[in-house]
Amino acid sequence: MSKSQVALEHGAHEPFLQHHFHDLEQQGEASKIGMWLFLVTEILLFGGLFVGYGIMRTLHAEAFHQGHLHLDRTLGALNTVVLLVSSFTMAMAVHSARTGDRRRLILFLAATLAFAGVFLGVKYFEYSHKFHEGLLPGKYYRHAGDAVPGVAAFFAFYFVMTGLHGLHVLAGMVAIGWLLRRAARGDFSPSYYSPVDLTGLYWHLVDMIWIYLFPLLYLVS
Amino acid sequence: MSAHAESRRAVRTYALVLAGLLALTVITVAAAGVNFGSAFVNAVIALAIASLKASLVALYFMHLIHDRPMSAVIFVTGLVMLAIFLMFCFLDTLSREHVEPAVAAQIPVRAASISARMLSAS
Repeated sequence: MSKSQVALEHGAHEPFLQHHFHDLEQQGEASKIGMWLFLVTEILLFGGLFVGYGIMRTLHAEAFHQGHLHLDRTLGALNTVVLLVSSFTMAMAVHSARTGDRRRLILFLAATLAFAGVFLGVKYFEYSHKFHEGLLPGKYYRHAGDAVPGVAAFFAFYFVMTGLHGLHVLAGMVAIGWLLRRAARGDFSPSYYSPVDLTGLYWHLVDMIWIYLFPLLYLVS
Repeated sequence: MSAHAESRRAVRTYALVLAGLLALTVITVAAAGVNFGSAFVNAVIALAIASLKASLVALYFMHLIHDRPMSAVIFVTGLVMLAIFLMFCFLDTLSREHVEPAVAAQIPVRAASISARMLSAS
């Protein structure tokens, strides 16, 4: 029997094995490489913003210090803790999928989704407070009484960086919702859990970006 | 080692990593309140702690420590590209104060004359 015949045989038993892969392990490894390549493009996407932030902060250190005083450090730290815990629950979800524990997989995915919701809820609260105070980016800045000029530039970076990050959290929530549906349907098994694994990688990267955003935006010295 | 014991060990590792990440978050907030000499040193310390946290996430939560090397090669290549990107920008902005005194003396004059021209043009 040739290799392709073996693959066809496997395909008959494995509904999620695509015909161009030899087996599920090869399919999983290939998709993982794809995900890591995507994560690198994400790092470079945020990297451009980090470079811009770095240049503006070194040139306008006073304005960035003044700007960060308008942010609520406690809420920033709270969101950091929420996102770190969500990374832990996501790692536990991947682990549950690998060990074939469907009940715990659903539980940990739901917990991750809930923490992501809390994160965006806190962010919504922070944003509406900033809007109310007139702390808006660029030419929309309306806050009066700053000791130094250029605080609008800090808020341009604040909104673009946290906004892009927030969109990534939202996309992660959609992906986790999709995983929950598939997990409830019983799609995943110890031999097939790539979607959980890859969504986990994406989620940890979103967490990792926030790990840098928190000290850069909320703790300017 | 049985599958069950291995599973328990993995869970314990994840819990320890989370504890480490939370402890480092407390340290970051505390370090922001201490003056380490200059704003630059403070920023470097904050970013060093953030990098330690990111490494914990990458190595344990993202499994780079047990994974096939291909994932780490791709990830580190991306980070190297970002480092080059950052390095050349900071070579410029952080070295502006260290130009030759003779050159530095001319910069405010030229800047002032440029802004004066821009003002008169507008």
